[in-house]
Amino acid sequence: MKRAWVANVALICMLPVVAIWASMADEPFIITLATKVAILALAGVGLNMALGQGGLVSLGHAAFFGIGGYAMGILASHAQSYTPLLEWPMLIEGSNSMPVIWLLALVSSGLAALVIGALSLRTNGVYFIMITLAFGQMFYYFSISWPAYGGEDGLAIYMRNGFPGLNTLVPLHFFGLAFAVLLVALALATLIGRSPFGLALNAARQSSERVETAGIRPYRLQLTVFVLSGMVTGLAGALFADLNRFVSPSMFSWQTSGEIMVFVILGGVARLCGPLAGAALFILLEQLLGGISDYWHIFLGALLLLIILFARGGVMGLIAGPGERAHV
Amino acid sequence: MSEVILAAVGISKRFDALQASRDISLDLRRGEIHALIGPNGAGKSTLIQQIAGRLKPDAGRIVLEGRDVTALDTAERARLGIARTFQVSALAMEDTALQNVVLGVLGARGGAYRMWGNALARGSLRDRAEQAVARVGLTNMATTRASALSHGGRRQLEIAVALALDPKAFVMDEPMAGLGTSGSHDLTELLSGLRDEAPVLMVEHDMDAVFALADRISVLVSGEIIATGTVDEIRANSAVRRAYLGEEEGA
Repeated sequence: MKRAWVANVALICMLPVVAIWASMADEPFIITLATKVAILALAGVGLNMALGQGGLVSLGHAAFFGIGGYAMGILASHAQSYTPLLEWPMLIEGSNSMPVIWLLALVSSGLAALVIGALSLRTNGVYFIMITLAFGQMFYYFSISWPAYGGEDGLAIYMRNGFPGLNTLVPLHFFGLAFAVLLVALALATLIGRSPFGLALNAARQSSERVETAGIRPYRLQLTVFVLSGMVTGLAGALFADLNRFVSPSMFSWQTSGEIMVFVILGGVARLCGPLAGAALFILLEQLLGGISDYWHIFLGALLLLIILFARGGVMGLIAGPGERAHV
Repeated sequence: MSEVILAAVGISKRFDALQASRDISLDLRRGEIHALIGPNGAGKSTLIQQIAGRLKPDAGRIVLEGRDVTALDTAERARLGIARTFQVSALAMEDTALQNVVLGVLGARGGAYRMWGNALARGSLRDRAEQAVARVGLTNMATTRASALSHGGRRQLEIAVALALDPKAFVMDEPMAGLGTSGSHDLTELLSGLRDEAPVLMVEHDMDAVFALADRISVLVSGEIIATGTVDEIRANSAVRRAYLGEEEGA
C-alpha cells in the first residue's frame, strides 16, 4: 500500500514539475502537452470509475467527452457572435466563462449518461459494449449532420474562455486550472473507492447475485457510477475543447472512446493514477514516435499488446505493485 | 403450533412442458430447521428461487411474517429479512471476508449509496460485521480474501453475510455441498445454533446432516410435496420410502 501511495504522489507531482520547468525554460508547447495530459487523464479518470470500479466496459464515453466539448463550443460561439442561445421561453445568452460552461457540460453529460446508462445497463458483457458504442456513434452522426454548429467542419472559438482570477491565455494558468480539476476528480475517485458505495459497487462488479441477496440493487449502483463517470469525462471534454479552442465531431468518434480506454488500460484498470500514467505515456509516445513515423500507432498497438499479455495492472501495476484494489 | 415466519402458499411454476412446482404449500416456523429433500430434478432449486425472489411463480403467494412479498424482487425481499445462501458460493472473491460481510450490513441498514467515509471505519457498521464474522468462527480470517478461503470457509462466510442481514428467515441451497466429513460436522453445529436466531429452510442432499439437524422435513418429488413431517414421520412414511428413500434405505 505504501509503495502504491508513493508511486501515485510521485506521478501526480511530475506533471506540475514539468509544466513549471517548461514555463521557466519558455517552452509553451511543453506546457500545452502537460495540459493535454491532465485533461485526457481526467477523461480517463471518469471512464475508470465505470470501468475499474464498476466493471462497466463502456465503448461510448466519447459521447460524454463530445457533449462536454459542444457545451463549450455552443456557449462560446454564441458569446462570440453576440447572439442569444435561446430567446423563448426565456432569454439565455452564450457565455465565455468557464464555470458556466463546466456547469452545462456536467449537467448535460450527466443527463446523457443517465439515459444511456438506464438503457445500456439492462444488458451486459459484449452487448453492453455494443450498445454504448452505438450511442456514441449516434451522437457522432448527429453532430456531423447538425449544421447550426459547424457540422462536419466543427466550431472554432477564437478566444479561450475565462476563469475568474486567472488569465487562461497564459499557458501555465490554464495548465494549473486543468490540473486542479484533475486533482479534484482523483480525490473524488479515492473518496468513492473507499466509501460504502465503493464497496457495494466493487462487490456488484464481482457478483451481482451477492449484492442482490444482500438487499442492494446492482443496477442502481451501476447507473449511479455511470452517471458520475459520464460527468467527469464530460468536464474533460469541455476543457479539451478549450485547450484546442476548437470543437469537432471527432470528439464524438469511436476512436476517441477507444483512446480514452487505452489510457485506462495502458495505465492500469482500477488504479487511481492509471489514467494519468496512461495518458502521459500516450502523449509521450505520440511526440517521440510521431516524429519518427506517421505510423506510430503500430508501436502503440504493440505496447498495448505487451501490457495486456504480461502486465495486467498496466504501468501502475509495474510501478506500484499488485493489489491496490484490496485496500478499498 | 408455533408462529409461521415464512410460507409458500399454493406455488405453481411451469417451464414449457415441465411442471416444476405443482401447488406447493410449505411453511417455516419460528425456531425450526425445515429441510427440503427430494431426488434430482424434483424442483427444489426452482422452489428456493421463487421464495428468494429470483423467479416469479405462475400462481400462489410467498408470505413473510404475514406480508405478501410475491411481487417484490430479490433485493427487496432480502431487505425484509429473507437471507439466502447459494449452492455455489456467490461472494465478492477479490474482497476480504470482512468486506463481504460489511456488504450484508449495508444492505440491511441502508447506506450503500453513501459516497464518503471509510466503509471499514470503526463504528456500528464494522462492529456488526465483525460480530457476524465471529459468530461463524472466521475472526482469524477476517482480512483474508474470499478467494483464498477454503471451500468450507466460503460456506461459513456466506452464512456470516446472511447473518449480517439480521434476517427473519434463512433460505439455504445445499449448505453442505462439497464439504468433507469434518467440514460438514463443523457446519452442522453452526447451522444447528442458527435456528435460535431465525428459522432455516434448507435444501440438502446430505441425509446425515438432514436427519441430524431438521426439526421437520418436506419431501419434494416431481414438483409436488408428497409429505411433510418430523424426521421419524418421514422415515416411516411409505410413500416417501417408495419415491425417494427407498433407494438408499434398501427397504
